[in-house]
Amino acid sequence: MPTVEIDGRQIEVQNGATVMDAANALGIAIPHFCYHKKLSIAANCRMCLVQVEKAPKPLPACATPAAEGMKVFTDSEYARTAQKSVMEFLLINHPLDCPICDQGGECQLQDLAVGYGKSASRYKEEKRVVFHKNIGPLISMEEMSRCIHCTRCVRFGQEIAGVMELGMMGRGEHSEIVSFVGNSVDSELSGNMIDLCPVGALTSKPFRYSARTWELARRKSVSPHDSLGSNLIVQVMANKVMRVLPLENEELNECWLSDRDRFSYEGLNSGERLTQPMLKVDGDWQEVDWQQALAAVAKGVKNVLALNGAQGLGALAAPHSTLEELYLLGKLMRGVGSENVDFRLRQSDFSADHKQAGAPWLGMKIADIGSLDRVLVIGSFLRKDHPLLANRLRQAAKRGQQVNLIHATDDDLLLELANKAIVPPQELPEMLAQVLKAVAEAKQQPVPAALAAVEVGEQARNIAASLASGARAGIFLGNFATQHAQATQLRLLAQELAGLLGASFGFFGEAANSVGGYLARAVPGAGGLDAAAMLATPRYAYLLLNAEPELDCHDPRAAIKAMHATDFVISMTAYKGHALEYANVMLPIAPFTETSGTFVNAEGRMQSFNGVVKPLGDARPAWKVLRVLGNLLGLAGFDFDSSEQVRDEILKPGEVAARLDNRLSGVELQTPAPSDGLQRIADVPIYFGDAIVRRAASLQQTRDAAPPRAWMNAALLSKLGLADGQPVRVKQGSSEVGLNAALDDRLPRDCVRIAAGHAATRDLGPMSGEVRVEPQK
Amino acid sequence: MLDYGPDAILMKGLDGSNWHLKDYEARGGYGALKKILGEKITPDAVVAEVKKSGLRGRGGAGFPAGLKWSFMPKQYAGPKYLVCNTDEGEPGTFKDRDIIRYNPHMLIEGMIIAAYAMGTAVGYNYIHGEIWAEYELFEQALDEARAAGYLGRNILGADFSFELHAVHGWGAYICGEETGLLESIEGKKGQPRFKPPFPASYGLYGKPTTINNTETFAAVPWIINNGGDAFLALGRPNNGGTKLFSVSGHVNRPGNYEVRLGTPFATLLEMAGGMRGGRKIKAVIPGGSSAPVLPGQVMMQTDLDYDSIAKAGSMLGSGAVIVMDETTCMVRALERLSYFYFEESCGQCTPCREGTGWMYRMVHRIEHGKGRQEDLDLLTNVADNIAGRTICALGDAAALPVKSFLNHFRDEFQYHVDHKRCLVDVPGGYFTAAARAEKAA
Repeated sequence: MPTVEIDGRQIEVQNGATVMDAANALGIAIPHFCYHKKLSIAANCRMCLVQVEKAPKPLPACATPAAEGMKVFTDSEYARTAQKSVMEFLLINHPLDCPICDQGGECQLQDLAVGYGKSASRYKEEKRVVFHKNIGPLISMEEMSRCIHCTRCVRFGQEIAGVMELGMMGRGEHSEIVSFVGNSVDSELSGNMIDLCPVGALTSKPFRYSARTWELARRKSVSPHDSLGSNLIVQVMANKVMRVLPLENEELNECWLSDRDRFSYEGLNSGERLTQPMLKVDGDWQEVDWQQALAAVAKGVKNVLALNGAQGLGALAAPHSTLEELYLLGKLMRGVGSENVDFRLRQSDFSADHKQAGAPWLGMKIADIGSLDRVLVIGSFLRKDHPLLANRLRQAAKRGQQVNLIHATDDDLLLELANKAIVPPQELPEMLAQVLKAVAEAKQQPVPAALAAVEVGEQARNIAASLASGARAGIFLGNFATQHAQATQLRLLAQELAGLLGASFGFFGEAANSVGGYLARAVPGAGGLDAAAMLATPRYAYLLLNAEPELDCHDPRAAIKAMHATDFVISMTAYKGHALEYANVMLPIAPFTETSGTFVNAEGRMQSFNGVVKPLGDARPAWKVLRVLGNLLGLAGFDFDSSEQVRDEILKPGEVAARLDNRLSGVELQTPAPSDGLQRIADVPIYFGDAIVRRAASLQQTRDAAPPRAWMNAALLSKLGLADGQPVRVKQGSSEVGLNAALDDRLPRDCVRIAAGHAATRDLGPMSGEVRVEPQK
Repeated sequence: MLDYGPDAILMKGLDGSNWHLKDYEARGGYGALKKILGEKITPDAVVAEVKKSGLRGRGGAGFPAGLKWSFMPKQYAGPKYLVCNTDEGEPGTFKDRDIIRYNPHMLIEGMIIAAYAMGTAVGYNYIHGEIWAEYELFEQALDEARAAGYLGRNILGADFSFELHAVHGWGAYICGEETGLLESIEGKKGQPRFKPPFPASYGLYGKPTTINNTETFAAVPWIINNGGDAFLALGRPNNGGTKLFSVSGHVNRPGNYEVRLGTPFATLLEMAGGMRGGRKIKAVIPGGSSAPVLPGQVMMQTDLDYDSIAKAGSMLGSGAVIVMDETTCMVRALERLSYFYFEESCGQCTPCREGTGWMYRMVHRIEHGKGRQEDLDLLTNVADNIAGRTICALGDAAALPVKSFLNHFRDEFQYHVDHKRCLVDVPGGYFTAAARAEKAA
């Protein structure tokens, strides 16, 4: 633990700390560009040169180890001369036209030039011009002459995103940042390069030249997409969301954001926004005022109650809704005597209901994932479902964490896996059972009777050996496992496995409020119908909250049928969408930026937020709509004045922990029984997952938003007599759609991967089960 | 017969075709290796002998070779590497090319001995991308050595194994910088690494690595055969042995000459046939293009060893002696040098990436009659701002010529600025026509 002196102040630092670390700890700012706390040290910008006693030349603070007795001067004449000279070099070829640069006002180079630059340039030669590039819809590389070659973007790709999509080509003055042979940058974390770029070289394509940073109000919020609950700074001008940036939270999103969290705001300003209540009168949509609309809703609900009873109602909510909205929806349903409420629209196996000890959750703190030494991920499109959780595993794997995967697809996770078992979806439980049995045998524990016939293969044995060799293991069930037809068996197997290993186990969680929905009791109580059951037997009236059943449900075909079969659909939605086809009333509600509310993330962290802009048009926060609806239906306990009152009625922040529990009881392990036939594997691609992101125009132009195809391995293609790219008919039950066949040779045998959440596949049936594929005639 | 001078010990008895293993063995080659393995001389004793010899790094920095070898961790679990730097890109330098083309086995034997001394099992020789024929010849020499059992498992039956591979670059000067070279071997873009850590602790593939110049390794067999003391005695204290000097420029017989360290420059000039056309010597760059230029009269009084040249204000460097006669326009000469560093900067560090271009453009303007009064001070200042502020020494190498040219020949630069043409009558010079016309009138 050396003690160093910086600018006359002493500090003891960790072994291996740099002068920059020591200065940061002392609160001494050293100018820098290439240095970033989350990236490796490059020491190439030379801006952080400082004077070190006895050193013959100025040394870069970012790369110089702090040594015992070292005396450093960051602001001496000697140091400043070096820093100023570097600034001069940086500026000679940099365009000096800040007023027309998109980065102006939030530019590290501009800021530091004020302190270290000259008021006039001594450089009288011609300036370098670097050609612009097109790397896709999110990042603008229009002004590469501004690049100062700090390589932060390059190192971000290599070290954080896990894929080197940008590199520095050429030497000296000819060196420039390029993508690999003109490819687009496709990482789901790419937008962070815009934040990292200290100049106006990489800027946000959607935001570019739409506002100046000083015109924007900065308001805190929480991302409504995945279960991480990334903290956001939403930048607002004239009551419009202009841009989203990360709000640093080391325990959640660190200083990063996924592109989904960053660019989905475009969906908030979509032309499809519903801004006025609408009522279908004699088959035609009419814009009405709230009073008329709510009266119609109340009347319709009362009608159903009178004619069909409370069981005739069904309420479906998207898991991206706020805690308060979900709670009030459940309270409303229970107020009229129905337990038919559910937010788990993409689940299919509800056999765990009423058998779980508490709300299913991650089982640990997100920040602690990195300190696990063994991990098993079961059924997860990890990178695309949870971009930043994947990054935590990626970083941990570099430090020696062994990550094992059991899944139905073999997409590149950009992290080093210790072992993987890629099996057809229906064999997931069997594979997990093998691992469980292998661990039980290795630990000389009794093997559950149901698994007596399971034969342990080499893959399972390797995974078991990896898991059993660690000190702290974590077992995680991904979205694919949650949505799996045998989700409860998978969960039980994971629970047993965790028990044997002394490991933590839990769910990554599908959406912003996957935990919150349970806490808000937006799930059916005794006698109630779950999401699947509500659609299997159509109700007489549906209450939809933030949900687009044709895209959000496990079985979109059944959902559409149910919506059309029913008499009365009330859609509380921010968007018009397909509800125009089947709804009777559309109530414009506010997306997360226009309402206060709460998300409870995977680790059970309650994060309440305020609206950052006023609701668009006549849209209203859904909690208010539900509150008034409760009043109109004459229900007691709906007199809330604020969303905070609603939240406090649900639970206080300190009460969450006691409600989280992954344990199941009263469920028996079954002997895994694989089924035959071609099996569908359905992922929910990253930009198809919810109503907002589906309308984010730039994200929809990325490669991740490519239209679904019917992916098969080469053996299956040839067995079916198909070629890569050939148009095919995909049939599932009585439904069918036309798609193009595509080759993914890493898919397991006899599986067809067809994405869900997209209009092109909404006429197909459930996300899992048997499909048939035939050539298009 | 190739003539490297009367004092040649390394490049002796060579005729251009007798580079093969059998020829080398006929000259007593691989005797040093046989001696070590036969007499079971310990690795420590080999290092001690090299230390005693006063052999200093021949690549340019002049770091004592034996001392460098002793930095390699002895008890290290895992691979250690030995790397030879034949990435001879320094303008004016062409000695290592001669070694691998006329006497490659001397290098191979030297590397085997070094590997034995440092306990490394794998070595690489990184050969400059622009000497392709020599690279291919060296591969042949390696094949010969492997076939004869000098490389591979249990060399000469001893409990010592060493694999040596040749790697070629693609001609980037920066890959001659040792950590840039390591990056290049690893298949990455050749960019120097920040030090510390030094290669002895974190080198090739992150493992302890020793890197020496071709000529350094090549001297090792002689040292083992004849003793460190004998090598030292060839030169001067702290400057042991002979050294190859690549003489280029305005001399009658440019080429490589092997002389004892401490030999007067005047003697080397004589060996090179004296000044071309009997002209007066104007300036000499004694150690490759990165070394500061010295006025001819200073050089004529200087002996060729590390310490004497340093005392005179320059560096022995790689031993590339560039001789310029009185017809040389120093502005034009510097323009060429500055262009080289501008073109070869890797672009990693700001001062070098931006500054080398700035300097070149200024010198180019001055040479082309567009100099400004403030340019000379600005040029010095820019050079000062580059030197010592970059990761590797290329920044220094670019700055030193500028500073030394301006230091010794400022009047020529001033003349260019004032009169928009050369002070001297340069054959083919940019403004010679005008100058000649004026002279004639």
